[in-house]
Amino acid sequence: MTHTTDPLVTVEHVTRTFGATVALDDVSLTVRPGELVGLLGPNGAGKSTLLSLLTGQRRPDRGVVRLYGGDPRDPASRTRLGLTPQETGLPPTLKVKEVVEFIAGHYPDPLPTGELLDLVGLTDLAGRQTGGLSGGQKRRLAVGLALAGRPGLLLLDEPTTGLDVDARHDLWDVLRSYHATGGTVVLTSHYLEEVQALAERVVVIDHGRVLADDTLAAVLARVQLRRVTFRTTAPTGEALAALPGVARCEQDQDGTVDLVTADADALVRDLVTRSVPFEGITVAGASLEEAFLAMTRVDAPHEPTIPTGATR
Amino acid sequence: MTTATHGTDLRRQLDLTLLHARYQVLETVRVPVALIGNLVFPALALAFFVLPQREVAGDPVAATQAVSQLALFAVLATFIFTYGVGVAEDRALPFDPYVRTLPAGPLPRLAGRLLTGGLFSLTSLVPVVLIGAIGTAADPGAARVALGVVAVLVAGTPFLFAGLAIGYAFTIKAALPLAQVLLFPLAFAGGLFLPPQMFPAWLDTASGFLPTRAGRDLVVHATTGSGATVADVVVLVTWTVLLASLAVWAYRRDEGRRFR
Repeated sequence: MTHTTDPLVTVEHVTRTFGATVALDDVSLTVRPGELVGLLGPNGAGKSTLLSLLTGQRRPDRGVVRLYGGDPRDPASRTRLGLTPQETGLPPTLKVKEVVEFIAGHYPDPLPTGELLDLVGLTDLAGRQTGGLSGGQKRRLAVGLALAGRPGLLLLDEPTTGLDVDARHDLWDVLRSYHATGGTVVLTSHYLEEVQALAERVVVIDHGRVLADDTLAAVLARVQLRRVTFRTTAPTGEALAALPGVARCEQDQDGTVDLVTADADALVRDLVTRSVPFEGITVAGASLEEAFLAMTRVDAPHEPTIPTGATR
Repeated sequence: MTTATHGTDLRRQLDLTLLHARYQVLETVRVPVALIGNLVFPALALAFFVLPQREVAGDPVAATQAVSQLALFAVLATFIFTYGVGVAEDRALPFDPYVRTLPAGPLPRLAGRLLTGGLFSLTSLVPVVLIGAIGTAADPGAARVALGVVAVLVAGTPFLFAGLAIGYAFTIKAALPLAQVLLFPLAFAGGLFLPPQMFPAWLDTASGFLPTRAGRDLVVHATTGSGATVADVVVLVTWTVLLASLAVWAYRRDEGRRFR
């Protein structure tokens, strides 16, 4: 991460509501040149709303959004921004080459059409109408369009959702090589796998709030928590909370204990060696959804660590 | 924006307008049915309803009137459909919000649309004028034909705005029947199919308040030298202002709903 250069994206204390729904709740975020940031969160977490503010399609109710230091609603601020259209939205009667040329015509120094088609592997389909492309081909074209203006910053909303494994890996390669040549990428995903494969920095969003903003490794460690649940008759409380690796301990009236830990195996071994009586033990797998829940609960008693300065 | 960059800025807006117009034309031409409808219907009406009537087709003034009326109908249909249905169709595609994120304001897209509509309108005039020249006694001379073309475009302006208002206010499902429902009664009551001289008195009076009738009188005046009154100009301007406001309102409402 380069912290000496001016940020490409600055989001400061932004709140955005739709009627009674709070889509973003006091969100702050900074993206600097050369970063590859994954915005991770379940559906409806606020990721797409955040992107629509960065692209100037919507304005925040409160707070400030800056793109290349300017207002994203000013077209000039978007000159070095690359976005993908939804694959379903390509004009079906235009040919691949024509859509590329139309989009490229909006930029001062676009990639030559041939080079772009080569990059996303659509050279052979240049003359085909977009209505006749497969889902994967449309998605490749969409990513190609995002690269048409030689952007310094790519914003990708769920770039590979619905693609098969091969197509997904091809697109990842395109994004990696773009990043390798100095490009900055912000991508949203609700797949942990995708963020894991690409991002260097991960921002976890849920219920419109930033839950975590850290390196991939640090976030993975927090997201991959396990929940160990069992019933016990023994007086527990502080004794269990003090076990090594336990991040959080909860106990119901009826003796059900919930332990959150990064290493469920070690915890179970500990319970056995310490002769803690237990029955009906379960270890909950960490689906992303559950991990977000765990993360919210783990973070509840103390402030989450958010380097970019989101505060509540 | 400093004044120094103003010149290049204008140049850029112009380039982008042409870019948008070029691809809008391309998109339309790829699905030629709508276009052909606009080209063929007025020409067919002329061929079937005017040519066989020798007392109309054989009379220079009556024939010029008839051709002028159907020319206005051609432009009316083109504007209502290209804008009403075209805009509603575009809004239904997710490509439209994507295009808004490109580094260009809303101006090139709208200006491109105006160019495209103008171009298709002129195209739709060609068959009517050709059939009129070959098959009827109409012979107003080149100057009056040119004046007539200008008059047709001026008389078409309120319908351009009507089309935009429909396109921005309604979904494609509603815009298509609405355009059809508006088009034919407006055209008939405005004297575009039958000359108003053949109207009963009540219809002639009512017709005087319609933009189609005012437009028809203006065009006929341009091609034959008589027919329009000051009242026609007032009616046409009033409708233009009214429909333009409606179009702006519909556009803003759409912006507000989709891009709050």
